[in-house]
Amino acid sequence: MTTTNAHAAKPKGPAPRARTVRFKVKRQDAPGKAPRWEEFDVPVEPNANIISCLQWIAAHPKTRDGKASTPISYEVACLEEVCGSCTMIVNGKVRQACSALVDFYAPNEGDTITLEPMSKFPVVRDLAVDRARLFNDLKRIKGWVPVDGTYSLGAGPTESQEKQGSRYVMSTCMSCGCCLDACPQYTLEDDAKKWDSSFVGAAVINQVRYFNMHETGKSLEKVRLDVLSGPGGVSECGNSQNCVKVCPKEIPLTESIADMGRAVTIHNIKQFFTGR
Amino acid sequence: MAIASHKQRVIVVGGGLAGLAGTVRIAEAGLPVDLFSVVPVKRSHSVCAQGGINACNEVARQQGYSEYEHFDETIYGGDFLANQPPVYALAHDAPAIIDLLDRMGVPFNRTPEGQRDLRLFGGSLYKRTHFAGATTGQQLMYALDEQTRRYEAEGKVIKYEFWEFLRPIIDDNGVCKGIVAQDQRTMQIRAFRADAVVMATGGNGLIFGKSTNSMMCTGAAAARCYKLGVKYANAEFIQVHPTAIPGADKLRLMSESARGEGGRVWVPAIKQADGQWGKHPRSGEDARNIPDNERYYFLEERYPAYGNIVPRDIATREIFQVCMAGLGVGGQNQVYLDLSFKPREELERKLGGIIEIYRKFAGEDPAEVPMRIFPGVHYTMGGLYTVYTPASDLRGMEEGAHNNMMTNVPGLYAFGEVNYQYHGANRLGANALLSCIFDGLFCGVSVANYVRDNAAAAAADAPASIFDNATRAEEAIVQHYMNAKGGENPYLIAKEMGDEMTAASTVVKSGPRLEQALTKLGELRERMARVSLADVGGWSNSNLTWARAVSDMLALADPILRGGLARRESRGSHYREDFTQRDDPNFLKTTVAEYDPTTGESRITFEDVETGLVQPRKRDYSKTGKPKTSNDPAPAARSHAGAGV
Repeated sequence: MTTTNAHAAKPKGPAPRARTVRFKVKRQDAPGKAPRWEEFDVPVEPNANIISCLQWIAAHPKTRDGKASTPISYEVACLEEVCGSCTMIVNGKVRQACSALVDFYAPNEGDTITLEPMSKFPVVRDLAVDRARLFNDLKRIKGWVPVDGTYSLGAGPTESQEKQGSRYVMSTCMSCGCCLDACPQYTLEDDAKKWDSSFVGAAVINQVRYFNMHETGKSLEKVRLDVLSGPGGVSECGNSQNCVKVCPKEIPLTESIADMGRAVTIHNIKQFFTGR
Repeated sequence: MAIASHKQRVIVVGGGLAGLAGTVRIAEAGLPVDLFSVVPVKRSHSVCAQGGINACNEVARQQGYSEYEHFDETIYGGDFLANQPPVYALAHDAPAIIDLLDRMGVPFNRTPEGQRDLRLFGGSLYKRTHFAGATTGQQLMYALDEQTRRYEAEGKVIKYEFWEFLRPIIDDNGVCKGIVAQDQRTMQIRAFRADAVVMATGGNGLIFGKSTNSMMCTGAAAARCYKLGVKYANAEFIQVHPTAIPGADKLRLMSESARGEGGRVWVPAIKQADGQWGKHPRSGEDARNIPDNERYYFLEERYPAYGNIVPRDIATREIFQVCMAGLGVGGQNQVYLDLSFKPREELERKLGGIIEIYRKFAGEDPAEVPMRIFPGVHYTMGGLYTVYTPASDLRGMEEGAHNNMMTNVPGLYAFGEVNYQYHGANRLGANALLSCIFDGLFCGVSVANYVRDNAAAAAADAPASIFDNATRAEEAIVQHYMNAKGGENPYLIAKEMGDEMTAASTVVKSGPRLEQALTKLGELRERMARVSLADVGGWSNSNLTWARAVSDMLALADPILRGGLARRESRGSHYREDFTQRDDPNFLKTTVAEYDPTTGESRITFEDVETGLVQPRKRDYSKTGKPKTSNDPAPAARSHAGAGV
């Protein structure tokens, strides 16, 4: 949901020590429009995060020089860092705005926090971007376990605690796109026709590894490795290791990339000799 | 079964667990599905569920547990307000649902042997909760998201993400024939034809301002159905979880296990000469400087036997009352949940996950200072009124019957949290994920059968006028907001609604307070009519979207209050300080609200609950043994998730 609702109800009782934080927000009215900067002075309460400040601005849409403005657009849902919606660039670093605490970024009166939209996806409006390419790539790699329908056929395969542990971490990927935004090889691509030949990036490579690890999921292993060995595949990784540094779920992305790199090599050699 | 006309389609609104399970089942049945969601479906609120999903399993079964026990626990936990046949079906299908999710690749926690691990959860003496780390909802939803993507790749599902549901389209015979929706980017308003519509739009926590819900859980979609004649049931039943982390933007859940591991609840206070506790001058300052004799351990003092581990509803009410009396920490709505006296190593080992959430969002370390918590609105037990066909012996629902989880409008269904079934007056932990998936799978078959059997009256052949009229009605509403110059601010109206609803209609309610809130609601509705927007642009206008949602939330707030006023008893989550006892002769009934368009208010009636399987008994968790007053005389081996039509 792209929204700006602001009903941050203040608890009863004496007002906590008020402090003002300046927000410098990169705004853009629509795709193709020129971006501009606006500044807002926001009174913050203890435990304020970036979202509560954006909510305050929505209810009081005036810039710091008193000019009438509009609520700032951004994607938002869970506010618990499990949905991936509110990903944006906070003081130059990509992350979820919900878990970005104001006290950390702006500890003193008058400090400034800068907000920009993610840089590798087309801007929809203000801080909201269109991450359709990422979901398109999940389709390309057939990111699912090909079950025989939803009727009762007994339990799935048993699994060791160790394997469950590594699959679980990989499965916490919320398709937020932090790893893609930080990647030098992943570049902005407005043209959907070019998505199928552009670098897929760490999140998608990790999903290939995740599904190929599953007993039933690996029946599509070859199809997935075909995607990763083609244009925009795993070989385009430049090994900057930025992805793993910005992943909010601490998924071992570089390990996944290395693992899939090896799998693609073996896949290609097999194909060379067998033609399959 | 009739053959579906090739023109026939189904619309599912909402892409959480219920919507995705329904989409997969209906697409599998061969009907094309148009899936609408305000967020990319992978970001739906179901990802917030942590604890797990309940089902009878082989270990528990050999200890004496059964599907029937699961059914009985759910009915008892819900204070007997749930219709029993659907709950019977739910509990008996649960094991097959777990198996299915397992096959789909959900990384359930494992035992050393590689079997699915189990944990203990509230309302049961048996381990019957399956889990995947502390993100079970996220993991289950991703599995269904993946299966939906598979059907999408095959062209059997079309997703309309960032589209907002505006209204159901109901023809002259009162049958649902589609929806009107709006693209939240282009702001285009369009009618979509469908032979059945499934609402799977979740709860309405945002009506209470801050809650544990995600930001799209406004209840607006349900309200839009209700305003066009769909009945709304048990609106007054809202689950308030005792321990949430108050945030400036929302409330985040703090698991009950913090108290289970010895956490103590207290507020700084000074004991007066008369023995009463009064305000502390340094309340809100560093808790470590408050001496022990100036700490009011109110749960331990008022409940010497159970102390901090009193049941949820009691803990919630006590914390609420302490804060209403002005004793909250720093005079605010918060109390301490203290684990700081425990060894850090023990906290990390037993409570690592939830400790980390607190560190991340509150910016403080629970091993150093007490956590600040307050009850938070958590789950909507009530919802759109739905019917079903009971099995002839009441043991479950008739498989594939057209009307399972259909609202009073033919062709319009409600699945998951947005309907009112299964949980009665209080939901048990780890039953929500189950009921959402069950609705999608079990009742998805009903949708497919209904559509096929009505192939002769396909929505594709319905007159264009009903679609055009519905679209025009919605365009007129948008025009109204775009031209409005009244000066009222929708964000501030929503804040006042949230504050009022939380104060009047959550933990402790009373007749006079509910009346007062109804007056306030009337005033807010009048002010809403004079709202004007800061943004009147025609691209991605979230200001407009929010204003519309607030107007619909105000409509749904009315039956929440009026239902609570009419229900002159206390049951489950609904506690009236002027009627503190459960009153079965008068109120073992479903509250049914109907919208009156002339006043904007609701009319409340009561309807009998189907209690034919388990006789109502007193709910008493103070004893460890559950009274064995009922037994399933003929436990049939069933497997609904496996039986097709």
